[in-house]
Amino acid sequence: MDAALADPETGRRRQRMGLLARASAAELEAAWAALDVPPEVTDLRGPETGLVMLTGRIGGDGARFNLGEATVSRSTVRLASGRIGFGQLLGSDRDRARRAAVFDALAGTEEGGSVVERLCAAVEARLIDERRRQESETASTRVDFFTLVRGED
Amino acid sequence: MYVAVKGGEAAIDNAHRLLADRRRGDRSLPAISEAQIAEQLSLAVDRVMAEASLYDPGLAALAIRQARGDMIEAIFILRAYRTTLPRFGISRPLDSRAMRIERRVSATYKDLPGGQLLGPTFDYTHRLLDPTLSGDPEVPEPSRRDGGVGGLARVSDILDGESLIEMEADEGAEPGDITRMPQEFPLSRAERLQSLARGDEGFLLALAYSTQRGYGRTHPFVGEIRIGLATVEIDIPELGFSVAIGEVRVTECQMVNQFKGSAERPPQFTRGYGLVFGQSERKAMAMSLCDRALRAAEYGEEITAPAQDEEFVISHCDNVEATGFVEHLKLPHYVDFQAELGLVRRLRAAWQERGVVSEAEEGDAPIGEAAQ
Repeated sequence: MDAALADPETGRRRQRMGLLARASAAELEAAWAALDVPPEVTDLRGPETGLVMLTGRIGGDGARFNLGEATVSRSTVRLASGRIGFGQLLGSDRDRARRAAVFDALAGTEEGGSVVERLCAAVEARLIDERRRQESETASTRVDFFTLVRGED
Repeated sequence: MYVAVKGGEAAIDNAHRLLADRRRGDRSLPAISEAQIAEQLSLAVDRVMAEASLYDPGLAALAIRQARGDMIEAIFILRAYRTTLPRFGISRPLDSRAMRIERRVSATYKDLPGGQLLGPTFDYTHRLLDPTLSGDPEVPEPSRRDGGVGGLARVSDILDGESLIEMEADEGAEPGDITRMPQEFPLSRAERLQSLARGDEGFLLALAYSTQRGYGRTHPFVGEIRIGLATVEIDIPELGFSVAIGEVRVTECQMVNQFKGSAERPPQFTRGYGLVFGQSERKAMAMSLCDRALRAAEYGEEITAPAQDEEFVISHCDNVEATGFVEHLKLPHYVDFQAELGLVRRLRAAWQERGVVSEAEEGDAPIGEAAQ
């Protein structure tokens, strides 16, 4: 499974799917509205909500253990062109999972490729922004120790 | 013997209708929304997710609302909901080293790389009730500081640099899953950690406290606590690679405990580990203390205290199981109790009879003694 990660096309798709998983309902809706023609979609699986067991590592880096489950929604779709898309994200929002699957399938196509690129760029910019803000807020709570000089010398 | 008794349907319906009314409370006040609970009572949401063993802030908020704020009831509801869903798979292990840090403190190193990041903590507040919070006062935006947080080395890595601490090995074994297999003692450490991660915060806190007071002492230091957002990655078998599906907030506690050595190995610090859903520092600390106490057998320590007794701790830490068994006592036990009534009446009759007999035999001997 890890061998596939070396392929640059796979790398791009992984990144795109990761961003589509984080796209808000409003972002997906706006991108949907930007499509010239709403695509014809066949549901191959779902959209459905289920569980994924989240695992951790003992001590942070040792053997795996089961931490607890999380809700996950997923969808697999086929477009009229035959292209297949996968959507999967944390939470119970099946509509978002289905839209994410459609945009995954539309990536790189003439009818939707540019919309998907713009959507992913917008999501990425938002995530970077949120991350920077949160990081700078956390950094403001860093303790700067100083030593009080005591005595004559 | 069980005897089916019918009746009570109307009373039950009306009781639930009354519950719905009391849950809503004064209609002149606005109803509380799940979004408000998730945003403004987020640590309650975190606790429900952790002990229900299901990460979903929206559903946890709904459960809290439905349970009128009764946390164990909310945990029960969410745990029950979990059983209605199919399992799609198992995630890649969360990487706490790479997580987006919201808080990170160490009690063992003042100047550790990355520094002490306090984050949104109750520590150093004066715990004075704040009347100015009433209403909807303006809350200033948080301060910011450039330079970011950076990659934060673990305290265990620092100690490992000198081999001063035991390191965990990954043999690649598939971890046991307590939700899929009946528990059989002794458990693996992985199964214990799964139980503790969903265990009742109050129960684990009390046990952790007991170890500090001498009942299974382990001499702990907080090597490090970190709270942050970890990326969840799952494998997509159809595609042959893994993808990120979002982030979960977790709290990790690395407890550093007093040393163990042997003929083969020089003394090293030992470790207790806690990892919990959400911002749950107290729980993560209690978990790490209990984890270390439960490793007593592994280190050849004498097992003398409740916190070291795996079967005792694990069998009683689940508050859904505990509340089920305790609360079932209020359900009708009419027939059982009739049997007990009959028994105590027979015992009393026998006692009276013996008393009368011994009085006749021994004259004025007190009845109480005769009954023995």
